Amino acid sequence: MKFAVLVFPGSNCDIDCYKAVEDTVGEQVDYVFHTATDLSAYDAILVPGGFSYGDYLRCGAIAQFAPVMAEVKKAAEEGKFILGICNGFQILTEAGLLPGALIRNNSLKFRCHQVGLTVENAKTGFTNDFAQGEVITIPIAHGEGSYYVDDETLAALKANDQIVFRYAGENPNGSVDNIAGVCNEAGNVVGMMPHPERAVKEILGSADGARMFTSVLNAWRERNGAASIR
Amino acid sequence: MAQQVSAKEPTVEQIAEQKIYKQFGVSDKEYELICDFMGRQPNYTEIGVFSVMWSEHCAYKNSKPLLKRFPITGPRVLMGPGEGAGIVDIGDNQAVVFKIESHNHPSAVEPYQGAATGVGGIIRDIFSMGARPVALLNSLRFGRLENERVRYLFEHVVSGIAGYGNCIGIPTVAGEIMFDEAYEGNPLVNAMCVGLIDHDKIQRGVAKGIGNPVFYVGPATGRDGIHGATFASEDLTAESEAKRSAVQVGDPFMEKLVMEATLELIDSGIVLGIQDMGAAGLTCSSAEMASKAGNGMELYLDEVPQREEGMTAYEMMLSESQERMLFVCEPQHEEQAKAIFARWGLHCAKVGKVSDDGRLKLFHKGELVGDMPVKALVDDCPIYEKPSAVPEYYLKNGSVDTNRYEQVLDLNDALLKVLGSPSLASKEWVYNQYDYMVRTETAVRPGSDAAVVTIRGTRKGLAMTTDCNGRYVYLDPEVGGRIAVAEAGRNIVCSGAEPLAITDNLNFGSPEKPEIFWQMEKAVDGMAEACRFLDTPVIGGNVSLYNENTRGAIYPTPVVGMVGLVHDVDHITTQEFKAEGDVIFLLGETKAEIGGSEFQYAVHGVTEGRPPELDLAVEKLLQQTVLGAIQDGLVASAHDLSEGGLAAALAEAGFGRGLGADVVFETNLRPDLALFSESQSRIVVTVKPEVEMKFALQVTKAGVPLQRLGTVGGDRLKVSVGGHDAIDASVAELRAAWSQAIPNHMSGKKA
Repeated sequence: MKFAVLVFPGSNCDIDCYKAVEDTVGEQVDYVFHTATDLSAYDAILVPGGFSYGDYLRCGAIAQFAPVMAEVKKAAEEGKFILGICNGFQILTEAGLLPGALIRNNSLKFRCHQVGLTVENAKTGFTNDFAQGEVITIPIAHGEGSYYVDDETLAALKANDQIVFRYAGENPNGSVDNIAGVCNEAGNVVGMMPHPERAVKEILGSADGARMFTSVLNAWRERNGAASIR
Repeated sequence: MAQQVSAKEPTVEQIAEQKIYKQFGVSDKEYELICDFMGRQPNYTEIGVFSVMWSEHCAYKNSKPLLKRFPITGPRVLMGPGEGAGIVDIGDNQAVVFKIESHNHPSAVEPYQGAATGVGGIIRDIFSMGARPVALLNSLRFGRLENERVRYLFEHVVSGIAGYGNCIGIPTVAGEIMFDEAYEGNPLVNAMCVGLIDHDKIQRGVAKGIGNPVFYVGPATGRDGIHGATFASEDLTAESEAKRSAVQVGDPFMEKLVMEATLELIDSGIVLGIQDMGAAGLTCSSAEMASKAGNGMELYLDEVPQREEGMTAYEMMLSESQERMLFVCEPQHEEQAKAIFARWGLHCAKVGKVSDDGRLKLFHKGELVGDMPVKALVDDCPIYEKPSAVPEYYLKNGSVDTNRYEQVLDLNDALLKVLGSPSLASKEWVYNQYDYMVRTETAVRPGSDAAVVTIRGTRKGLAMTTDCNGRYVYLDPEVGGRIAVAEAGRNIVCSGAEPLAITDNLNFGSPEKPEIFWQMEKAVDGMAEACRFLDTPVIGGNVSLYNENTRGAIYPTPVVGMVGLVHDVDHITTQEFKAEGDVIFLLGETKAEIGGSEFQYAVHGVTEGRPPELDLAVEKLLQQTVLGAIQDGLVASAHDLSEGGLAAALAEAGFGRGLGADVVFETNLRPDLALFSESQSRIVVTVKPEVEMKFALQVTKAGVPLQRLGTVGGDRLKVSVGGHDAIDASVAELRAAWSQAIPNHMSGKKA
């Protein structure tokens, strides 16, 4: 299996995503610059956190116009596995690949600490290694992570089982319905504010995030049949 | 030579006659010296350039004789003071690069940008050496949170640090903050950066090779930060507010791009010399790079990217616009360098060349507008041996007997007061605004004695801390200076690391006052002695003087930033109690020493007397013994005793996992003094019951005083002192006082 970690100017969790792939599933992983125009070689695309283009407009608003995003859209349509984390989530919502928007935390401050997450949908490409309803520990680090959708969209998200994670304890940012992560209707594109790549071994405080990477390897193997397992 | 004629700029004659140089902090005597070095009177641009190069900030003219007292070498030191940052070998062809720097004056007038650009500046110092920045730390001082202006400064300084560090993606892993009225109106904002480098990648700021091109990278130059270095070298006054334009504006996104491109450029191997444009911008970087190579430099100012129209040579040379770098390479590598910067969307402009005449020559609009000897700019600033005098307060304090205070009987209440004092209270409100996890190497997060960052591909880690108790230094600068170094070392050891070296930030009042200079002198002596004794040389640092407001000087605050090496990640130790039944030991001797303590301040409302004593031999033995026991795998938790003494240390150790303790403290001291004394060279250690005997034997054999205090367990902290019940409180209640103190102040619940 081959992973791409996108690099926009201002991405700063690209290295962490790269290391997480190495440390959890040990599959092939490349950094792919925002100027790239071909992602056909990759099975999974990670859109990392950071401050793309300084987040000087709305978070993720400029990154959606980067050349590589046309390829990301194509990959999404093809059913490839795409995970947007933090700023990556913001980019995917700006690009229209995921519903909703991320607005400022209700505390109006950046917040960085561990949170509890309830796995609401353990069937997506990135969550099949979790149990439905399981509570896991993953850190957050964001200033604009309050997920917002209107009532109508929220109802649709619920109906289609698109809510992937909810905050289990205190809601750190005031998001609608305690939402921490969502997926598209097909379930191959997932976006979340918490950082699973920062929770892949005990020395970092939690290893729960590792299962998002093993999940996608499972999903890819299942899709491609035993023959393609290296 | 042609004189620059500008309607706004004074002429050579006006500068001399009207003594305009005085506005730039240049004295009559210094002006005469400059004229001698130049062989003529300087024009406006030249006097501007001289004034910043000869400011305290760049020339250390008041502190150099003191800085010479520091030990700066050691078997591991690869680079000492003088470059962007010092470098220490950590084995396996790797080295750690670190430095601390202040942004006190800018933060006093514009806290967000002042703090943010302080962080940006120190990061540039690290990556301009060729190192990858891996962690940020800080050391902050404010007045009391009851004051609205203080809350404003505190809130925005923290936001500024967060805004810059979070965006650029370098974790802010540790720091310290104290609140005391001594810092009202003149907060201290010191930022430290730590980087990793391979030995063969180490860069220097030298302009090598006559005729080689000089390149400018980064955003265009504007009129911001003009005379920042001079501004930082004078007292803060009511007019300081008007100097807001001397504060720069930071762009962490730009710095992220410049950092990635610069590291890629250095990796390519074509860089001959590189330096960031920090204080005094283009002036300082060009003059210093030329000086270090023994060469000269010509700058073509029309080629300097400019953000504003009609900028003069003076403005371009003195601007402190942020995120800019200057580098030299051979002419045939120009295109390769440009391509690297283009990949990161950056422009790289050829703005000069290395010359052989030892002069800094500035060309603008076809004319030579400045021509100065490099040596005079960099090396020939007069160095002042300031007069020193013992302050009256110090003599007076000698006769204060702090043991004669009326005995405090309600020790539960005293502990709540100490834990709820903002200096000692939880800093979670602060560090939760910092991204301390990005780069996914943070093994020990903010809140323990020292942070630990692991090194990928090895079993090693770096422990780091900042430390200084300004009250101790105020009460006795020499002892206080010694304690600052010793306590930093103790923090490093408690985290399982071997102390390597320090960087220091000497924050003092005006050196023109003999009493202040005395503080500087004594503090430096104390620090130097401790550094020598504990084998932690000073590899770089910063001096910030004139930290005064209308009411006088701040407490002398020589902040120590220390880095240690964790030899194996298995040694990583934190301060929190780990499990019920673990045995608690106190190592070191407790004396009745509450001068300068948090107890004295929070309960008795004063800071007086003498600070705790420190015997360096005792300290060294303690540190070696505890580190040895940690490396032998005997220690479950270790916590340095500092502000708040034994009582606070026991409470803090229990907060992590909500664990109480049953403690019997045998002592002849009065209970309140025993519990809150800040006697030095003490550490609370817990061990598993099965290794209790082995640990006790090892420590006793080493000759370190040891007392078995009791065991970890339950949800209450119970302490009896000398046979009397002293403290009995629920950990939850103590934790609430400790964790809610700062949030309550900031949300206005406690004014």
